[in-house]
Amino acid sequence: MQPKPIALKILDVVSIFALAISTYLALFFAPTELVMGQVQRVFYFHIGTAWVGMLGFVIAALSGVAYLVTKDMRWDRFEVAAVEVSTMFFFLTIVLGSIWARPAWNTWWTWDPRLTTAAVTELIYIAYFMLRQGIDDPEKRARFGAVYTLLGGVSAPITFMVIRLFRTIHPVIVGAANANQEKMSMTGDMKIAFFFALFAFTVIFIDLIWHRIRLGSLQDQVEQMKLHLSM
Amino acid sequence: MTPDTSTYMIAGFVVSFVTIGIYIASLYIRSLNLQRDIETLKSLQDEKK
Repeated sequence: MQPKPIALKILDVVSIFALAISTYLALFFAPTELVMGQVQRVFYFHIGTAWVGMLGFVIAALSGVAYLVTKDMRWDRFEVAAVEVSTMFFFLTIVLGSIWARPAWNTWWTWDPRLTTAAVTELIYIAYFMLRQGIDDPEKRARFGAVYTLLGGVSAPITFMVIRLFRTIHPVIVGAANANQEKMSMTGDMKIAFFFALFAFTVIFIDLIWHRIRLGSLQDQVEQMKLHLSM
Repeated sequence: MTPDTSTYMIAGFVVSFVTIGIYIASLYIRSLNLQRDIETLKSLQDEKK
């Protein structure tokens, strides 16, 4: 394996500090929300993970297009990395939302449009890995992955937009809510914790994707060596 | 009165750190396993020569 680049080492350190600062801002700096109490602090991580989750799914779709155009396997490695890291973060989004929902809505889960589309999105990307594993030919697997992420990528904007298009109990954070919806308002300190969480999770996301791409290179190397030995 | 929902808050942060920690550990373990595979395959290639 190639030695870890200095930029990646720096990014590792920045990621740890960003996560630590974001945790401090969420737990101690941001004021306690009066209606929901302490559980509202989970919201900063909930939004941060949702942002990078959806970002990764869109990036994966774009990587899929890049692969189909160039046939360069590096785009396939990038696509796999984006999907894997985003699936982990989006799983966290759903779990944090459920933990927040229990005291706020008096239930762990409800088939609300946002929750339903989020669950479907997560399942689409879990299926992506299961289906990829069933294809032995690397080029066929990459082509399948590219088309799949391109189609699956549609689920990210749908999940984002669904609370703006349908009647839902999920609060709107970014943009305008319609007449039936709750719009979450934040104080200045809450906004600082909120935007820093977005920044922190973006840095961590880039860091993890870089690590996952390096892992993908190792996997390709092993696959090539096995192929070479079998010939 | 503001409800006491601190247990849920703690659960949320614990789940966050545990999930991210497990993922980082899985990246590390998979990387170690692949490096071991490469060493084994290299020795097999040398034997074949």
